[in-house]
Amino acid sequence: MSTKQEYEGPILECRNLSISYFTRAGEIPAVVDFNLTLEQGGSVGLVGESGCGKSTVAMAIMQYMGSNGGIVGGQVIYKGRDLATCSEEELRQLRGNEISMVYQEPMASLNPSMTLGTQLMEVPLCHEEITEKEAYDRAVQILADVNLPDPERVMASYPHQISGGQQQRVVIAMALLSNPSLLLLDEPTTALDVTVEAGIVELIGEIAKKFNTSMIYISHNLGLILATCDRVNVMYSGVVVESGSVEEVFDHMRHPYTKGLFSCIPLPGTDKLAHPLVPIRGQLPLPHERPSGCYFGPRCDFFEAGRCDQAMERGTTPMHEVTGRAGHTVRCERWSEIDWESYKPEGVVAHPSERGHEVLSIDNMRKYYELTDNSIGAMISGKRVRYVKANESISFKAHECETIAIVGESGCGKSTFAKVLMGLETATDGDVMFNGKDVAELPVQNRSPEQVGSMQMVFQNPFDTLNPSHSVGAQLARVIRKFGVESDPVKIENRVMELLDLVKLPRDFARRRPRQLSGGQKQRVGIARAFAGNPAMVVADEPVSALDVSVQAAITGLLMDIQHTYRTTLLFISHDLSLVRYLADRVVVMYLGQIMEQGTTDEVFAPPYHPYTEALLSAVPIADTSIQKKRIILEGNLPSVMSPPKGCPFNTRCPRKIGDICETQVPPFAEDHPGHIIMCHIPMADLRAVDPVIVQVDKDKSAAE
Amino acid sequence: MTDAVAGLPPRESKVIKYLKGMALIRESVVGMIGLGLIVFWVVMALLADLLAPFPPNATLYPLAMPGQFVEGMGTFWLGTDHLGRDILSRIMHGSRAVLIFAPLATFCAYVVGIPMGLAAGYRRGMTDAVLSFVANVILSFPVLVLYIIIIATIGASAVNIVIAVTFASAPGIFRIVRGLVLDLRSREYVFAAETRGESPWRIMLVEILPNARGPLIVDACLRVGYVIITIGVLGFLGLGLPPPDPDWGGMINETRQMAMSFPHMTIFPCIAISSLVLGFNLLADGLREVSLRD
Repeated sequence: MSTKQEYEGPILECRNLSISYFTRAGEIPAVVDFNLTLEQGGSVGLVGESGCGKSTVAMAIMQYMGSNGGIVGGQVIYKGRDLATCSEEELRQLRGNEISMVYQEPMASLNPSMTLGTQLMEVPLCHEEITEKEAYDRAVQILADVNLPDPERVMASYPHQISGGQQQRVVIAMALLSNPSLLLLDEPTTALDVTVEAGIVELIGEIAKKFNTSMIYISHNLGLILATCDRVNVMYSGVVVESGSVEEVFDHMRHPYTKGLFSCIPLPGTDKLAHPLVPIRGQLPLPHERPSGCYFGPRCDFFEAGRCDQAMERGTTPMHEVTGRAGHTVRCERWSEIDWESYKPEGVVAHPSERGHEVLSIDNMRKYYELTDNSIGAMISGKRVRYVKANESISFKAHECETIAIVGESGCGKSTFAKVLMGLETATDGDVMFNGKDVAELPVQNRSPEQVGSMQMVFQNPFDTLNPSHSVGAQLARVIRKFGVESDPVKIENRVMELLDLVKLPRDFARRRPRQLSGGQKQRVGIARAFAGNPAMVVADEPVSALDVSVQAAITGLLMDIQHTYRTTLLFISHDLSLVRYLADRVVVMYLGQIMEQGTTDEVFAPPYHPYTEALLSAVPIADTSIQKKRIILEGNLPSVMSPPKGCPFNTRCPRKIGDICETQVPPFAEDHPGHIIMCHIPMADLRAVDPVIVQVDKDKSAAE
Repeated sequence: MTDAVAGLPPRESKVIKYLKGMALIRESVVGMIGLGLIVFWVVMALLADLLAPFPPNATLYPLAMPGQFVEGMGTFWLGTDHLGRDILSRIMHGSRAVLIFAPLATFCAYVVGIPMGLAAGYRRGMTDAVLSFVANVILSFPVLVLYIIIIATIGASAVNIVIAVTFASAPGIFRIVRGLVLDLRSREYVFAAETRGESPWRIMLVEILPNARGPLIVDACLRVGYVIITIGVLGFLGLGLPPPDPDWGGMINETRQMAMSFPHMTIFPCIAISSLVLGFNLLADGLREVSLRD
């Protein structure tokens, strides 16, 4: 790597950078007036909601804008060179060699038809005069550096042969191979499970130290920025609204949008009654519909007409230095005037729920899928039928007006469980008593319209939940007719309007097509659809995970409000423990199709923990500098449900494994309090002695000591 | 109650909405050229009686060259064929058969192919295995041989051409629909319809099929083009419409012996076929271009 000249001074500078896309509708400014300085070994986070221009900035730094994008103003200066003056050949030398990028989807970044070794060796072979042997050695070394076990085996594997977390490690290794000075990470963990994410985040932290690489980390998750970066730029609608060191911005934020963003995210340390979620009203303006002056103006509680909406020279409000705070800048005219102490916005108030009669009682429910193996080997050995144990011994109860959260990573059997409840699959064994009737073996076609209507579902993906071919009103009307709520066309129309009112959407949305709605609005329609038949129970499968944070709070609040009004039981399937802590009354933790722990929210979030719950809790990124948590990184991968481990399903990854008993015997259901059940061999007394994972530290006190 | 409905914009009729969607084709130059070619031939077919200078089947003046003026009759703009019939008039009248039977045959093929594809893609399992097997068997025959067998068995007539084309094209449509349904069936709105206990056919026809229409419309345009070629080929092989009514493929067949000395007799029907096929292909390209933009 002697070819790279040493360079003192900032690695990267963006000066007043403006980027536009050129489309049929004309020039669309994607990013306006972007400034950034990145020192050697430093790390800057770009945080913001989707569509705010984070990835566009990364692409502009790579000078890789596609055919319809271009830099229309300002400069990108890399090690003192203006990249705009570089030729295509020079840029190709820079990309991959000096500047590397890691993308969101690891599977899409790796070529499925080449071995990982070939793909890794390509990087140094392309950029340097080097023999194959040296390239191979370097690749093996770098794989070891990103903590992949058995690098030689990984070198010979194809991408599909390793897990998603390992794939992302390989992608990061590939980006580091040429020892770049600048690493761009674009949402590198968004596609991964939380426990896997924790490992990658730790790795990214180590890289900066080990290789002295400067990093730009793009994420929508404030918690991850806190864990990985030393400076942060908060972006909104194409502009940076606040910039400063992570501690400065997280503890002394000045911009109303930054404040709003923090109020939108539930913190696992907080009680839902004490710290209400505050959604940001309105929605992100489209790039060609941005207001004059401050882009956040229409959604801001401190908007002052005539001042905040004044047309500005650069198109929007200029950056202001926060006096007395070095390096902290904020794009707000009124930053020094706002009195945050007396600002108490009306938030989403969580209602303490009074639980009623029992609605759902599940006893020892099992769901096995049969797999017939038609290979000759299977025919000879006689083992032609194998079982996938998607759900094993599921037992819990749900009461009226109660919110039960089902928590677990992908592949833990949450979705199968929902399918059995809804009657799309029938249970293999056990009872599912819903309103006093056993529905375990009753497919949805054989259920009465009243039974079907009283158990409905809210789906995960807002872009997929409504049929794009039918208007919103027609889809709601169909549900009303199907459940036999109304049959007269006029009454149906009225009921549709009521439902739209219920989810706080304008009534003329009934005539609209789903593609004319934003993600949050679609999800509101999805909620309206689920409540059309006056359900006794609603199953919500990750209803907000695909939405932007500012919208998440509003949808969560809406769901809780409606649930409270109608005294509906809510089964909330989620992987987001912060949110679960915020809204659930009781929590069920699942792993590989089995319930590892269940109890009230307070019981599950405090010791005694199941070791898996403990690991999950420690993996949640928390956007609060006053919170300290234990670091527990789970080793290994999620085992396949095809061949689950014997004994305790968690034994292959458990950091607290006590011995052979974990591998041979299925653990008992140990009860701490009545209702708080932990499935583990570790004696309850030992589990009780574990320290809490999340601790709130009083900063002022610790500073004084 | 009236309040609930008041204040809403009046419902747009479905037809108008659809036409508005179709009007997007204006934004594609290629698509407009294709549409122009098709409209040109449709006008020809509709107004053949008015526009054609001569009766199509009348023997007038043998072996006239294109543009030749004959005293007492007029100008044969495209010349006459070996029996002395005016080629321009025959092409204009011949467009009728093509423009009726090609879309009709394509439509019939879709009527058969879509339900099969829906059932196979949505139900999967045995239904899919059986239907796919049948489709594969049909597709494994060389298309031309298949046509010849069918037409030779049931005889050459307009209806039989439609039957033959349906039989040969439906498996291809079946495959496209099946593939689209396999993707669409895992969407959450289908899941939602299942959780409220909708019947399978309602899910297939109301929830899934409308969302597959984009690619199917583009495919239909391409397929009409291929069917036009097929009808031409059948005519050329003598399996087309019975003489003497003009048929583009038949016109080429009848005059191919003389193509060396009188090339105009074969070239003009060929140009007619290819321009119409090109029109449909360009329209399909344009539709695809427009649909990708949105």
